Amino acid sequence: MNSEPLLLATPSGDALKLRPEGPWTAANVTTLETLSRSVGAEVDRSRGVTLDMSGVSALDTLGAWVLEKLSRRAASSGRSAEFVGVADHFSGLMEEVRQVNRHTPAPAAAPNPVLLRLGDLGKSTVGAREDITIFLQMLGALFMAVVGVLRRPRTLRLTSLVYQLYRIGWQAIPIVVLITFLIGAIIAQQGFFHFRRFGAESYTVDMVGILVLRELGVLIVAIMVAGRSGSAYTAELGSMKMREEIDALSTMGLDPVDVLILPRVAALVIALPILAFIGSIAALYGGGLVAQFYGDMGPAIYIARLHEAISVTHFEVGILKAPFMALVIGIVACSEGLRVKGSAESLGRQTTTSVVKSIFLVIVLDGLFAIFFASIGM
Amino acid sequence: MGEQQEEFAIRVRDLVVGFGRQTVLDHLSLDVRRGEILGLVGASGGGKSVLMRTIIGLIPRRSGTIEVMGQPIGGRTQGAATAWGILFQQGALFSSLTVRQNVQFPLRENLVLSQELMDEIAIAKLEMVGLRAQDADKYPAELSGGMTKRVALARALALDPPILFLDEPTSGLDPIAAGDFDALIGTLQKTLGLTVFMVTHDLASLTTVCDRVAALADGKIVAIGPMRELLQSEHPWVRAYFHGKRSQMLQHEMR
Repeated sequence: MNSEPLLLATPSGDALKLRPEGPWTAANVTTLETLSRSVGAEVDRSRGVTLDMSGVSALDTLGAWVLEKLSRRAASSGRSAEFVGVADHFSGLMEEVRQVNRHTPAPAAAPNPVLLRLGDLGKSTVGAREDITIFLQMLGALFMAVVGVLRRPRTLRLTSLVYQLYRIGWQAIPIVVLITFLIGAIIAQQGFFHFRRFGAESYTVDMVGILVLRELGVLIVAIMVAGRSGSAYTAELGSMKMREEIDALSTMGLDPVDVLILPRVAALVIALPILAFIGSIAALYGGGLVAQFYGDMGPAIYIARLHEAISVTHFEVGILKAPFMALVIGIVACSEGLRVKGSAESLGRQTTTSVVKSIFLVIVLDGLFAIFFASIGM
Repeated sequence: MGEQQEEFAIRVRDLVVGFGRQTVLDHLSLDVRRGEILGLVGASGGGKSVLMRTIIGLIPRRSGTIEVMGQPIGGRTQGAATAWGILFQQGALFSSLTVRQNVQFPLRENLVLSQELMDEIAIAKLEMVGLRAQDADKYPAELSGGMTKRVALARALALDPPILFLDEPTSGLDPIAAGDFDALIGTLQKTLGLTVFMVTHDLASLTTVCDRVAALADGKIVAIGPMRELLQSEHPWVRAYFHGKRSQMLQHEMR
């Protein structure tokens, strides 16, 4: 049973007699391949091939196929090939193997690489248009859902909204505070370090205040929320889609936009400005601590400088952007979630797309706002 | 294959399996003969799948011994792919691989062979379970329920294992597809000389393909034997199972 498989080739006249011996099973596949390759030339030269199976001690599909392939190779050019001495308990398997691999489909022609690139380019162009369409459709559906809620306020899913607020707002506070605090501290430290050379240390406070309130506070928080909550939305809705939960909702006469998406997006729109505010304050606090311990500027002076440097306008510029960023993150996350197809891989891909796309759009949106606010003189 | 080998493919002795305070299998003993198709029936949640998963080493046992092909099975089994093939209830195909790659996976991981031979074997297996070579480049998400089961069977058979475990192979298939699947398992069992351990609720499968049927109730095997004998059984649960309204109706129609 444990012996090695053998393949004895005896030429008799023009014909060739092959006698496989031993276990022709998958466990010995490497040997089997070598054996069948070694007799290949002889098989091609001979007029007819007889395979004497009486010496085979064990056979499985793989071994049977290797032998069948030899016989087909012999038979391919109109020569004779036959099996003799097939044991009874192997005959069924040999018969089965004889039927397979008869209709191998022609391998697809290798595509032209230039055409392939062009095709990809075309596909992604169409894909980009489709992305915009889906974004606008989702925006429209959300708008209709909001109109519906305004007409009949009782249809608002208050429980769901509060739960989402808790998850993406309340639970996010510690990490948001920590990150923005560190960012504020780092900016202040860099300001003191570099401005000191010009003796302009006191302007560090202006820099920290304006930068944090106008841009960084809201931008950092939006990016964090996109990574933290946007990905969660996509994965949740995606797995609901995979398990047909969304179809079940629709068949019960409920609109998934009302039930699932509106509470999520609304929670984001409410939570992001609050998080941005908390984050900005944490950043200013971080800057203040650095001012005291690194810049030798006491809290009183720091606050007084801050009071001079910033105005409500700066705060407004920052916080006005937050709900729009939240809307973009929410729409991207939810529509990517609904685009998940059946497989686990697709869920991962859509989640990645969701985070990448929402961070990209948040930054683009921030740039557009910067242009807008500059042109109206805010 | 193998006249000199022992009579039993699987021997389970005094097996106890439980979760927390609950005991699912209580001193269960079961022998599966080499080359037979054994059907296992039992109430939903009664431990059928637990028994199968314990034999293949996915669930730890509290006590008892399990021998597969004369080899005792440890708590955690490795290198099992050559010893048995398993058809999970939902197919459990790898969703990121194509059908062809799914079938090749056990070959690639366990053997050293050329890509050409691997492709041929994969197509051969797919054709043996009744699929076409054109389906080989599809992804599992593109397959129907019946095709998924067939691909999963092809993958389970990739290495020609001596034992095949099937967890509700015909659930979710229409009667025609289920009948085809039963016939397929019967044919493969004859050609490849397999031992098949089948968990099923499908009375038609039990009558048509199973050599013996084991009934699992209260954590024990309460009756085992050919379908005819089980129909005669006096055990209350077995009577309820085979002589309930649904079963009666089916049996009448099959006569």
